[in-house]
Amino acid sequence: MTLTTATPKSVLTGAHFLDGDQAACEGALAAGANFAAGYPITPSTEIVERFAWRVPTVGGIFLQMEDELASSIAIVGAAWGGAKVFTVTSGPGFSLMMEHLGYAAMTETPMVLVDVQRGGPSTGLPTLPGQADMMQARWGSHGDYEIIALCPNSPQECFNLTIDAFNLAEEYRTPVLVMMDECVGHMTEKVVIPPAEEIKLYPRRYTSLPPSEYLPFRPGPDGIPEMVKAGAGYRIHVTGLTHDEHGYPAMDWQAQKKLVSRLVKKIRDNAERIARWEEHQVEDAEVVVVAYGITSRVAQRAMQMARAEGLRVGLLRPVVAWPFPEKRLRELAARVHSFVVVEMNYGQMVYEVERCADGRTRTELLGHGGGTVHEPEEILEALREAA
Amino acid sequence: MSTLPQVNPVEPFLRSDRMPHIWCPGCGIGTTVNCFARALVESKLPLDKVAVVSGIGCTGRVAGYVHLDSFHTTHGRAIPFATGLKLANPDLHVVVYSGDGDLIAIGGNHFIHAARRNVDITVICVNNFIYGMTGGQVAPTTPVGATATTSPYGCFERPFNLPFLAESSGAVYVARWTAFHVRHIAHSMVEAFQKKGFSFIEILSPCPTLYQRRNKMGDGLDTMRFYKQHSVIKNGANTREVDINLQGEIIVGKFVDIERPTLQQTMDQQLRQTLRDRYAGWGGA
Repeated sequence: MTLTTATPKSVLTGAHFLDGDQAACEGALAAGANFAAGYPITPSTEIVERFAWRVPTVGGIFLQMEDELASSIAIVGAAWGGAKVFTVTSGPGFSLMMEHLGYAAMTETPMVLVDVQRGGPSTGLPTLPGQADMMQARWGSHGDYEIIALCPNSPQECFNLTIDAFNLAEEYRTPVLVMMDECVGHMTEKVVIPPAEEIKLYPRRYTSLPPSEYLPFRPGPDGIPEMVKAGAGYRIHVTGLTHDEHGYPAMDWQAQKKLVSRLVKKIRDNAERIARWEEHQVEDAEVVVVAYGITSRVAQRAMQMARAEGLRVGLLRPVVAWPFPEKRLRELAARVHSFVVVEMNYGQMVYEVERCADGRTRTELLGHGGGTVHEPEEILEALREAA
Repeated sequence: MSTLPQVNPVEPFLRSDRMPHIWCPGCGIGTTVNCFARALVESKLPLDKVAVVSGIGCTGRVAGYVHLDSFHTTHGRAIPFATGLKLANPDLHVVVYSGDGDLIAIGGNHFIHAARRNVDITVICVNNFIYGMTGGQVAPTTPVGATATTSPYGCFERPFNLPFLAESSGAVYVARWTAFHVRHIAHSMVEAFQKKGFSFIEILSPCPTLYQRRNKMGDGLDTMRFYKQHSVIKNGANTREVDINLQGEIIVGKFVDIERPTLQQTMDQQLRQTLRDRYAGWGGA
């Protein structure tokens, strides 16, 4: 697929002082998002507040809907109308949006959903951070599907990864999650927005076939079908029911196997391509800290303190949380003494690390209930024990 | 001897490759789809620009049978899907076609907000007073006293009066007919397609399998006879006064037909007025 470049009008090229929420909004605009729907919820609202302020001058629509169910399906409707779409939310709203995450996965609708995580469960800690939606991101909607979830740890990455999220959504025709946390969303740092021509975009996979030859859910060689938008003369049918290549409901196990296995495979077979992580001083490490989002920055401080004490500690940060960097973790498990998983929940991604460790190395969890970040000292203590 | 037409005039509007449909004998949904096809012919809408959006339930299956761009969405969410579709692609004529449980119970919040915003869509609600697909449970439209599987001793909740709900929420066009009134239905559909804004048509329809049978009201034909005998056409009736009882008279007609700027128009006007030449405008994606 030939990539296109961003439209200059929508790109705020230059160096800025932005928080993560604002940066995510600029990332969406740079990626060409022209339709967002949302429902106010702390700490994500600033993303759409900025979008509502910016998008009319760029070309596009923001609509505040009556709830998260409406927001998350309005964007799916807009995507089939031809728009590039996203919505944003936090914990309780994320729970409400699960049904349409599944609908988008089933109908192969490109969309981006930003979850700025706060403390939970339930209403929890509206203005304070958490990282306890990570498994919900993976498994939250019913049924079998694979998901892509990105995990920025700075405002700059909120910008960059939001663009990546849109590109992945188009490439794989799937909903893509940007799993921020309140700290990353509300921290203000320098964000450099490049010139539009340096921002590469994956265009929608529109078909070039005439209506007589086109089937809306017939996969291409890569397992992904080409798309059309409503009104283009193709008279398509789209349903959340199990469907055949025509898009027609097909209520039997053969159709289920064919469709759902393809939905799973189109991500799973590309997991190694999509997975992305960052490493610090892993080369000689005996202990590897695994942390993501804001927690990775605290863990990096702890790693430096441990190094100062002569402990051979490294850091691995999943930038893409789902698919998980499984292959790399398995490689490390064969040679490191232990993994220490630091996350702002009482144990979620640690299960993935344990699975990859597969009994070959020790895996310790340093959990946290959320509401604030870990203290570097408590991570250091865990590293001393693990070393 | 004259030759009979080989093709039913509504056939080009249907996905014949999906027949037979799932609806029961005596059900009124198919009748309304026939009216819909005739209304499309009469209104001369460009069919490639008509999109049908349905929710879940028996009427929710309409989207799957019409040979148009059609979207079978999640339960209750056809209207917000349609809102996004219409705003993204303003050239489309978007018709939401669904049942009373889908649109008014689980989707009730979206119904009132879309009417309030005056989203430029047509909502067709086939009201059979019951949840048909799940086996005949009580709905927020079930008349007091009627029996359903989850109200085995009779419904004791006051039902919604849909035309009143639509009008008071802001709909610019509101009509109600029964499946007996096929010409009126088609005519109202034509008017609704031409109307700018949130137009709403309620169509009372038999569910002989689950509603009439359980309430000893006969079969589909008996229900049509009941509709014929008990319907009173009162165009312009006060929607406050069109509640439906189990056995009483059914007031049908066109109740509301007013002008009010649509969501797209008010959005465009407000942004243009405030942003002036900074407003990029929006012609669709």
